[in-house]
Amino acid sequence: MATLSAVLATTHHPFFLKATELTPPEDRIPQAAEWKSKVEAYRATLTAAEPDLLVMVGSDHFHQFFADNYPTFLIGKQPRYDATFYNEEREFSIPKYVLEGHEEFSGYMFQGLLDRGFDFSISHELKIDHSIICPIITTRPEADLPVVPIYTNIFAPPLPSPKRFWDLGRAIRSIIDEWPGTQRVAAIGSGHLSLELGGPRQFGETGPDPVFDRKAIDWLASGDIEAILENVTMESMSAAGNATHGFLDLILMMGIAGPEKAAYVDELDLFHTREMYMTWYPAGDPRAEVAA
Amino acid sequence: MSKYYVNKFLYQVDADPDLLAAYKADPEALLARWEESYGTRLGTKHTIERTTWLEFTTAERRALIEHDYVALFEIGAHFFLCLTIYIALYDDDYAERSGPLAFQREYAARLSHWLGKDYPTVAL
Repeated sequence: MATLSAVLATTHHPFFLKATELTPPEDRIPQAAEWKSKVEAYRATLTAAEPDLLVMVGSDHFHQFFADNYPTFLIGKQPRYDATFYNEEREFSIPKYVLEGHEEFSGYMFQGLLDRGFDFSISHELKIDHSIICPIITTRPEADLPVVPIYTNIFAPPLPSPKRFWDLGRAIRSIIDEWPGTQRVAAIGSGHLSLELGGPRQFGETGPDPVFDRKAIDWLASGDIEAILENVTMESMSAAGNATHGFLDLILMMGIAGPEKAAYVDELDLFHTREMYMTWYPAGDPRAEVAA
Repeated sequence: MSKYYVNKFLYQVDADPDLLAAYKADPEALLARWEESYGTRLGTKHTIERTTWLEFTTAERRALIEHDYVALFEIGAHFFLCLTIYIALYDDDYAERSGPLAFQREYAARLSHWLGKDYPTVAL
C-alpha cells in the first residue's frame, strides 16, 4: 500500500523566483532574503518525507481553460506535462518545465473519484500553470518527481462550496490510502489567504484582510474544519478580498490531511499578501525520527 | 451586455503577443480585427466553427477601446483578466517613470470608490 508521507498546503506567489533569485541582489525587495529562507525551510519539510510521487492541487487561471468550457474539477492523465504559459513567463519570469506524469495513478485517482461521487473532467493534453509550478519551484525545484495534477475551480464563479472542497480532499485521501503501489506519496496544493487582484485593495502594504488571514491560518493549523465550515462562505471570502476564494484549495488540502494539527506552520507578511507554509505528516513526522 | 464576450476578448488578446502589441498601438483597429477574425470563432480554439450571436454593447466596446479598466470592473469583467492584460500594457512604462507597482497602485486608487461596497459580480 502507498504511504501518504506528507500533505503540504501553501500560498503560491508567482513572483517568488523573480523576487528572490532573478532580480539582482541590489534591486531586490527588502523581504527577499527572509522570503527565500522561509521557503527553503518549508522545502525541507517535503524533502524529509522522501516522496516518490506528488499529487498536486491547483487551479487554472484562465490559461488553458476559459469560460467557454471551464471545468469545476479536472484531473490530468498523461505521461508528461508541459508547464508555464507565455503570459506567465512575460509577467512573472517563470521558466518553462516538463514534468513527468504517472498515468496509472492518474487513472486510479480518476476512477476512485467517480466511484465516490466526484464526477471529474479529465484531460489528456493538460498544460500546467503557476498554481502547480509555483509550489514545484518552492518545494521541489529539481522538478524530478512524477505528478498527478488536480485542478479545481476557485476562479470562475459560481464555485462549489467549502464543504465540497473538504469532502473532495477526504476522497482524495482515501484513494491515496488505497492505491496498491508502494510509493511514498506527497500531496501538495496551493491557494491563497486573503487576496485582491484587479480591485481597490490590491497591492497594499499588507494583504487585504489580515484578520481573515490570522483566523484562516489558525483554523488550518489546528485542523478545525468545524470553524471553517461555520465561518467561510463565498460572501465572507469576497469580503476578505475578491480573489480570496483560493482559500478553498487550502481547505481541500486539509481535507487530505484530515482534521489534524499541522506539524509545520510558517508565514510571511509580504507587501500585498500573507504567505503561508503548512505541512502535515499523516504517516508520522520524519523529522522526529531523525531527531530521535 | 456580454461579460462573456468581453472576457473572451481579454483572454485571447492577453495570450497572443501579436494581438497584445496591436491592442496597445491601436485599440480601435485591434478590436475591429478581433471581432472580425477571432470573436465569432466558436470558443477559443476553433478556426472553422462559428458563433453567430455574440456581440459587444456600446459601453463594452468603448471600455475596451479606451483601456478603461474602471468601467470593465463595473461591468463585471473578470478581475484577473483585466489586471493581467493592463499590466502587460502599462506596468513597464509606469515602473520606469514612477517605480515598481506604480501602475498597480494607480489602478487600485482609481477603483477606491468601491472600498467597503460589494463589487459588481464577475459571475456569468
